[in-house]
Amino acid sequence: MRWFKRLRPGWGLLSIVVFLALWELLARLNLTPGQILFPSFSEVVEELYTLAANGVLGEHFWASLVRVMAGLTAGSLAGIMVGVMMGWRDTMDKALNPIISMLYPIPPLGWLPLLMLWVGFNEALPITIIFIASFFPVLYNTITGIKGVDKDYIRVARTLGASDIKILATVVMPLALPNIFTGLRLNAGMAWRVLIAAEMIAIPTGIGALMMQSMSLIRIDIIIVCLIVLAVATFSFDRFFGFLERRVTARWR
Amino acid sequence: MPHIEIKNIGKHICRDVNLEIFDRELLVLLGPSGAGKTTLLNVISGLTDYQGSVVFDGVPIDRVAASKRGIGYLFQHLVLFPHLDVVANIAYGLKARKLPESQIEARVGELLKLTRISHLSSRYPKQLSGGEKQRVALARALAHWPKVLLLDEPLSSLDLQTTKYLRTELKQLQKELGITTIYVTHDLDEAGEIADRIAIISDGSIEQVAQPDEVFFYPKNKAVSDFIGAPNILTCDYCRELEHGVVEANCGGLPIIVAHEGNSVERIALLPRDIYVSDSWPPGPGVNRFSGTINDIQYVDDSVRIGVEVGQNKLVAEVPHHVFNEMSLVVGKEVYLILKLRRIKAYDCRCDHSRQ
Repeated sequence: MRWFKRLRPGWGLLSIVVFLALWELLARLNLTPGQILFPSFSEVVEELYTLAANGVLGEHFWASLVRVMAGLTAGSLAGIMVGVMMGWRDTMDKALNPIISMLYPIPPLGWLPLLMLWVGFNEALPITIIFIASFFPVLYNTITGIKGVDKDYIRVARTLGASDIKILATVVMPLALPNIFTGLRLNAGMAWRVLIAAEMIAIPTGIGALMMQSMSLIRIDIIIVCLIVLAVATFSFDRFFGFLERRVTARWR
Repeated sequence: MPHIEIKNIGKHICRDVNLEIFDRELLVLLGPSGAGKTTLLNVISGLTDYQGSVVFDGVPIDRVAASKRGIGYLFQHLVLFPHLDVVANIAYGLKARKLPESQIEARVGELLKLTRISHLSSRYPKQLSGGEKQRVALARALAHWPKVLLLDEPLSSLDLQTTKYLRTELKQLQKELGITTIYVTHDLDEAGEIADRIAIISDGSIEQVAQPDEVFFYPKNKAVSDFIGAPNILTCDYCRELEHGVVEANCGGLPIIVAHEGNSVERIALLPRDIYVSDSWPPGPGVNRFSGTINDIQYVDDSVRIGVEVGQNKLVAEVPHHVFNEMSLVVGKEVYLILKLRRIKAYDCRCDHSRQ
């Protein structure tokens, strides 16, 4: 069994390799005429290279990335700020909670028709929709995090002479970080999901738009290239927040 | 360091509590759980609202916020900030006061040395043992030069060995710093060992405030007596020293041998569980063995208390249920009592205790 144990660290990688090999094999069996509907992995990689080399992929990906970054940052910051206010002050919680509970259940994409008319077909549209999608998860997780901080930490800080603001900044916020990060990680996936939908429907640039154009040209290889790019992007975002969380909290948790 | 007066405090279970804590004194607030001990600490520290008044050195501080009262408060569960290392935990109160960095560094170094944890400075709370956490929490509570130190069952989460060691150290430190201290516990032995005075609190009222020996030998009422284990207390008529450290005290006609320095025992006390009961004359030397007649039997929790009339005295012994059943004891039966020599506490009138 020793060889098996040695294999373990690369286990995840191995299953991907097997998956890709099977894909390649099935495609080469030529089950669909002309391989139009089912290109092989090597063809997809070739296309990926072509699109990367001629800059088409980079251009669309960059457009999407900028929107995600802008919407995610703004939505998360707003979510954290409102969340801190609601978690820290009961009056704020009581005042805002009814409105928030009413807006939260609306699927973010449900806002799209309204925003198309209000915001128009421009860069602000996908950013706004990402803002809405990422605001709520981080808001709720921040509230939970802040309220979950043991009251004794606050009391002891008070006897040590700290003001309320100081306690919030140096005790409550740091201790709520693990929850806030949970919200951020949820957001990372959420942002890409709603972005692609918005780009497919309303915006002529970005990975979502590229996929729709490929669909009308029946370029399945490009669609798969886009899916791979999306997988890698979403995965990297999640990993990035995970890494950030560990950097900030691993020492004491 | 202030002289503290607590006047007519009302909060939760506490009703009209009055208490005085002298400058530099270590007062132990002793009582069963739920008696209102922690509530009183919260009142003094300003962490809760209350009725009545807390006075430091003649000045009421009721309108002063908790953060400005200059109090060091060691919570029962220590509540070290988990996201800060040892140094940052200790420095917290100093940073809150915006002291210059160099002064903070010097003060933290001083406290690390004082509490003997210099080697732990860069650790996080999760990497510390119970005793180490306790020292860090104490250093943090002392860092900002508090005028008053409040300790809420500080040793309750530690093992017996560590507790004993830290108790002595804590007492030493308190005397060294001369800081007015209120120490909450429900442990009588702990209280007896470290207290300058003990305040017994029960159901939100202060029952007695006195020096440890006095509480034990002169319990003011039944609540106090019950709390300290309802000891048998005998007044001695006269006594003589048999040899160095051994005294025969004559209490109501009973010659009781006591391990005691000096020859002037005024009272002796012995807990019921420290008296053996036998239905036949026990073998061995006749020291501290007396015969008497049972005149009272009471069931308490998992044992039975037997009142025995011995000469002019009434002694109460406590035996486990199964022992009681084996001996088939009834009122009126003659039994023999053995007083455990090592457990007898003696109160010396020459000790110059000022009684209240």
